[in-house]
Amino acid sequence: MREKILNYIQHNSRIDLADLAMMLGTDKAAVMNELEKMENEHIICGYPTLINWDKTDVEKVSALIEVRVTPQRGMGFDKVAERIYNYPEVDAVYLISGSYDFMVSIEGHTLREVADFVSAKLSPLDSVLSTQTNFVLKKYKDHGIIMAEKNVDEREKVSL
Amino acid sequence: MRNPLNKVITEIKPSGIRKFFDIVAEMPEAISLGVGEPDFDTPWKVRDEAIYSLERGRTFYTSNSGLKELRVEISDFLERHYGLKYDPIKEMLMTVGGSEGIDVALRAMLDPGDEVLIPQPCYVSYDPCTILAGGVPVPINLKEENDFRLKPEELEAAITDKSKILIMPFPNNPTGAVMEREDLEPIVEIVKKHDLFVLTDEIYSELSYTGKDHVSIASFPGMKERTIYINGFSKSHAMTGWRLGYVCAPEIVIQQMTKIHQFAIMCAPTTSQYAAITAIRDCDEDVANMREEYNDRRRYLLNRFKQMNVKCFEPFGAFYIFPSIAEFGMTSEEFCTKLLKEKEVAVVPGTAFGDSGEGNVRISYAYSLENLKKAMDRIEEFINELRK
Repeated sequence: MREKILNYIQHNSRIDLADLAMMLGTDKAAVMNELEKMENEHIICGYPTLINWDKTDVEKVSALIEVRVTPQRGMGFDKVAERIYNYPEVDAVYLISGSYDFMVSIEGHTLREVADFVSAKLSPLDSVLSTQTNFVLKKYKDHGIIMAEKNVDEREKVSL
Repeated sequence: MRNPLNKVITEIKPSGIRKFFDIVAEMPEAISLGVGEPDFDTPWKVRDEAIYSLERGRTFYTSNSGLKELRVEISDFLERHYGLKYDPIKEMLMTVGGSEGIDVALRAMLDPGDEVLIPQPCYVSYDPCTILAGGVPVPINLKEENDFRLKPEELEAAITDKSKILIMPFPNNPTGAVMEREDLEPIVEIVKKHDLFVLTDEIYSELSYTGKDHVSIASFPGMKERTIYINGFSKSHAMTGWRLGYVCAPEIVIQQMTKIHQFAIMCAPTTSQYAAITAIRDCDEDVANMREEYNDRRRYLLNRFKQMNVKCFEPFGAFYIFPSIAEFGMTSEEFCTKLLKEKEVAVVPGTAFGDSGEGNVRISYAYSLENLKKAMDRIEEFINELRK
């Protein structure tokens, strides 16, 4: 049941729990109970909303920054990651394989804000060897959802 | 001027669903639960393969029987999924959807006056295709109390010395009924006893929710030589518009079917055939995901009807649910028309699929949960008003 609940709320965290229960052949209380358990176990870490900021008046700039670092003795990469992810501007931090170590996703209101973050906060960190900043020009798909307008049901009427 | 038309075709009634949807078409705000095709897009890798085949300039005809590579893959698939063994070269024909297979098989097999046993309610084409092939359709009215499964005594009662073919439309459109191994066993005995042939339309075979593997009647000992097996990509792989199906049958039947097919059609669409190689080879997981989601919606609808106290047997196949509306004292058509006019929800009268569909309506769950919920809320309102 867990996996099925997760599959549904991953795509729609606002799904009606009574409906979900009916689809899973159980009752609402059981689903709520399972959700609460998964929140406590930190399997479910939050319920954020996917927003297409381009369609609002709010200016947003985001960037993906490739960061090369020196891991710290005894702590590996975790300590360095913590220094980075604690900045509120930072949206996501991933440790990755390949030619650099961290992929840091950050969001700011202006290009200048993002540039300042990189030059004033990220790059000067002791363990950071180098950074490469890639500005996002357009977001096509995020969290499995295509940002373009929803298409309508185009199925035609046939006899079957 | 002389009458330009053939007498047989002019006497065939147009499909009941068609008529109903002409009314729906004039109501743009109506929510439809009437469409009998998947709401999912064809898996992207299949579409990608089609694009690639066009880029490569594969825009010629294929052989009349279809691409050999595809037939080999289908042969593997049938063995892997249903334990069926068909020679991809001699016992298989690629068709323009399963529906062409039905038509061509009946034309290849029927002589004037031969009777075709058709369990109803069922898909709308068996009856007219039988008539067009010169045969005589003999309906077998299935009963809700049997979960719309075909019972041996019902079959026995319909057989005459002119009976030649038994149509087996399971998993069933419109009822969602399935035939499990123990249901098929006695049917197989009767078929053999009366030397009948079976045309088994298993287009929904991948959409079965019994938790057990789908069982094909062709897999019973001694049945392969008397079975025409129809399947295709439309329902399982959400590929309706690609128009691609296939028939597996004894070599002598396939040979004659191929003649009709080659003169009428030439070959199934080439792009679709190239794309279908990927569909049949690499898409088991995509199909499983779709099946899982259909199953969740199926449970949702069943539970909603249970809460409303509407009688509804549990369907284990396809993507239809077939609740009973007999308690409201209306015909299926009256019920659907009233529901459409008053609540703007379109469902299909059971009678569109044969007389024994009277008293039921077909609801398709090839729709998003959001749509199903909205429609079910309206149906609930409607039913509460009727019960007042």
